Parts: sequence; structure tokens; C-alpha cells
Amino acid sequence: MRALEIVRTGPFALVQDLGRPGYAHLGVPPSGALDTEALRLGNRLVGNPEGAAGIEALLGGLTVTATAPCTVAVTGPLVSVEVDGRDTGSHAAVSLKAAQTLAVGTPDRGLRCYLAVSGGIAVAPVLGSRSRDVLSGIGPEPLEPGAMVPLGPVTGVPAGADVVVAPTPPERLVVPVVLGPRDDWFTDVAAGLARWWTVTPESNRVGLRLDGEPLTRVNAGELPSEGLLTGAIQVPPSGRPVVFLADHPTTGGYPVAAVVRRSSLSALAQARPGTSVRFQPS
Amino acid sequence: MFWRPCGEHAALLDCDSLAQMTAARATVEAAGVDGIIELVPGARSLLVVAAPGSTALTAVRRLLDDADLTHPPAGSPREVTLEVRYDGEDLELVARAAGVSVPEVIALHTGAEYTVAFTGFAPGFGYLTGLPSPLRQPRLESPRTKVPAGAVGIGGEFTGVYPRESPGGWRLLGHTGATLFDPSAERPALFAPGDRVRFRSV
Repeated sequence: MRALEIVRTGPFALVQDLGRPGYAHLGVPPSGALDTEALRLGNRLVGNPEGAAGIEALLGGLTVTATAPCTVAVTGPLVSVEVDGRDTGSHAAVSLKAAQTLAVGTPDRGLRCYLAVSGGIAVAPVLGSRSRDVLSGIGPEPLEPGAMVPLGPVTGVPAGADVVVAPTPPERLVVPVVLGPRDDWFTDVAAGLARWWTVTPESNRVGLRLDGEPLTRVNAGELPSEGLLTGAIQVPPSGRPVVFLADHPTTGGYPVAAVVRRSSLSALAQARPGTSVRFQPS
Repeated sequence: MFWRPCGEHAALLDCDSLAQMTAARATVEAAGVDGIIELVPGARSLLVVAAPGSTALTAVRRLLDDADLTHPPAGSPREVTLEVRYDGEDLELVARAAGVSVPEVIALHTGAEYTVAFTGFAPGFGYLTGLPSPLRQPRLESPRTKVPAGAVGIGGEFTGVYPRESPGGWRLLGHTGATLFDPSAERPALFAPGDRVRFRSV
């Protein structure tokens, strides 16, 4: 069997593809890789379809051994990558021979590293996806040392890019948003969202929890539960916003002041606690 | 009823009532508009998420502008009957609050036909409308940290069944052995929006 043996993980290593959209009306979150640009790039580098499943490794720290020859690439923030102790670098396709070990270091910036493997991770899909949804507990369990992760058949050839520049997650992030649907529930919401907010350590795949000068409500009314989507900036009674990421609940009872533009979701996925974020209505 | 913006690729239909939302949802679903990724009903709203680059949002807007929502498409709603053992921890509390006896609470809950209005909270959790008014009661003042899978409860204008063990603040009437959510099943959720539901005491 073509497989990867998990030797070591960082704080949290999950199988992720592009998720399972289409089931929100049954209460199932979309899930999927948070930094979709990084997963897609990794898959292109190793010759996979962009939506093949890889490993999302929070703060890197992942070590795997190949049971058969394969091509791998590590994407996300710039991070050290070694094969049997030899530095190969991230953001490049690397050939692994059987029994060779790949070790991903810990990135200095950013949060989530992605390991793409030729053939993709081939654990059994659930509702059409191999993604682990941490809110619902759907999909493959978080990876543990000793696990054997099966690989699928190789379908393409590596993209063969000479140099891919790794993105550098900034310490200050300006995020374009579209106001609404419930911007009218807040006093001067555009100015409030445009203040600097700080990403807190309570953030996870469900959402980025922010701290800062609270947004104020026009009234104290209650909102009947309504549908949510990735990128929604929901404001609970504390006035401190939550930016929902891929494992978000499908409905919620607090008003959503604005929705992040899709092109910025990958940057938010890499925002470490302590990162400053402001939202720019456009 | 009007549309609110919801990011680049979605729009939220703000409805006057649950009935209007239900009619709008049935209308959009029956039309089978191309390019809709998610159609998520809420208690007074309908979220439409479209594939980037599709014209689904415009098509849905046009469809609902022209639709007669007082006569929505009937469709063919699925009918589900759940067998319930009415031995819930809050039966007495619910009876007292309603000013009726425990057997009358059971008769009220089993006597009504419910509709799955929307979902959320957990995969397979449906908010069911049609609750007789004596059973429309507030949530518990302090939610339980653990409600078992299959627990049947009431909260506000809704009744519902907990698909798996979770925290919860609804008043509990009983429990069912039915599986509410199984991601490997062909129909993963027992309850989908629009389904009709009855409870039978066993």
C-alpha cells in the first residue's frame, strides 16, 4: 500500500481537502482547508488535482515516512523542510524514496503548513469530503504518531515550477469586507470595524475571535437564528467580533455586521494570536 | 420581505414571517436554480450562497419577485413519525407551566403535525414548528451540560430532537431511539427543511 506513516505531529494535524459545501441546510459546516490557496498550490506542485486531500499542520512540526516513492510539497508560510536530515525547503516539489523521512519545522510567521502528496490522502470520504470538521466531529480523526495514512493513485505529473515565492503572513492585516447583512444593528459599524482588532488565542478552525474596543448595538433586540457563511463577522453581546472560518456553525442568533471578501480568507487562516486586523468596507 | 447583502457571493432574504420564509425556500428549491451552493433557511430568513461567477443570485431574485408566496409549490414533503418514550426530566415543569397534567402534555405534543423549518446547532438538528401554544415555553435558566442523544425537547416556538450528546437548554419531554444523523447514510439527516414530523408515544 502506498502510505505515509505519521512519525510526529505538531499541536494539531488534520486531513483537509476543499470541504463539503452543500449540506448547510442539514446543519453540516463546509469545513475544508482554511488556507485554500496553500493547499491548491501544494497539489499543483505535486501534480494532483487542486482539491486532493493533504495534511493541514498547525504550527508545522509534522514528520512522516513514505512507504513507497512519492512526490511531496510543503506550502503555507515559509518553513524549514528536511528529508533524512537534508534541507530541501518548502514551496517546492520533493521526491521521497521508500523509507525516507520528511520533517517539517515550525514556521516563524503564520500558523498552518500544508503537506501535499502525489495521489492525495485517500482516507474514506464522508459526505463527499476527507476534511476533518472540528465543530461537528465529522471526517477523519486528528492524526496521531503511528497512524498509517493511505495515498491514492497518482494521476498527474508535478508542475515543475522553478521558484515559488512563499507568502509572508504580515503582523498587521487589512481585510476588505462587504457590510451587511445586519450592519444596521450597530452604531457607526464601518468606523468600528476599521479600528485595529487583535486575534486572540481562543481562535480556531471555527472562527477567529478578536479583541478590541467593543462594537455598540443600536438596540438590544434579539435576532431569530439565520444562516451563516465562511467569512461572516458575527458580533455576540460582548461586542467583540468573531470571523467565521470553514468549520463555522451553519446558523446563528447574533447579528453579522459584514462579510470578508473571499480573497482574504487565506490570509486570515494564517493570522496568529496577537496579529492586528482591521476591516475595510469596500 | 427584502434582500440584504451578505458578502460577494451570497444574499440574505429577510422575511416577514416563518411562513413566508418557508414559501420562499420551497419556491427556490422547486425551481432548481443552477449555481446555488447553499440554501440555508433561518427562522425569518433565507440565505442563498452562489458559486462565484454564477448568475444564481439574480435568478433567485427574479424568481421570488414574480412568485406568489401565498401559494408556494406544495412539493412532496417527506413524512417522518418518531416513536418517543415520554419520560423527560422536565415533563412536570412543562405541565405546571402549561397549567395542564403530564398526560395532557403528551397528548398536546403527539397531537400536532410539525414542519422542519430550519436546522443548525449540530448536524441533523431540526427546528420544528407547529408546537401547540401551551407548550411554547422558555428555555431552562441554566442549560444542561449534557443532554443525551435522542432527547426530545421544546424551546420557544420550536420542538426538536438532539442528534447526539451535547449541552442544551431546551425543556426535555422524552427520548427517541431513532438515528437523527448518520453521515454514511444515503440521507444523512432524518430531518431536512420542509419535512413533516409527528411524534408517537410508546
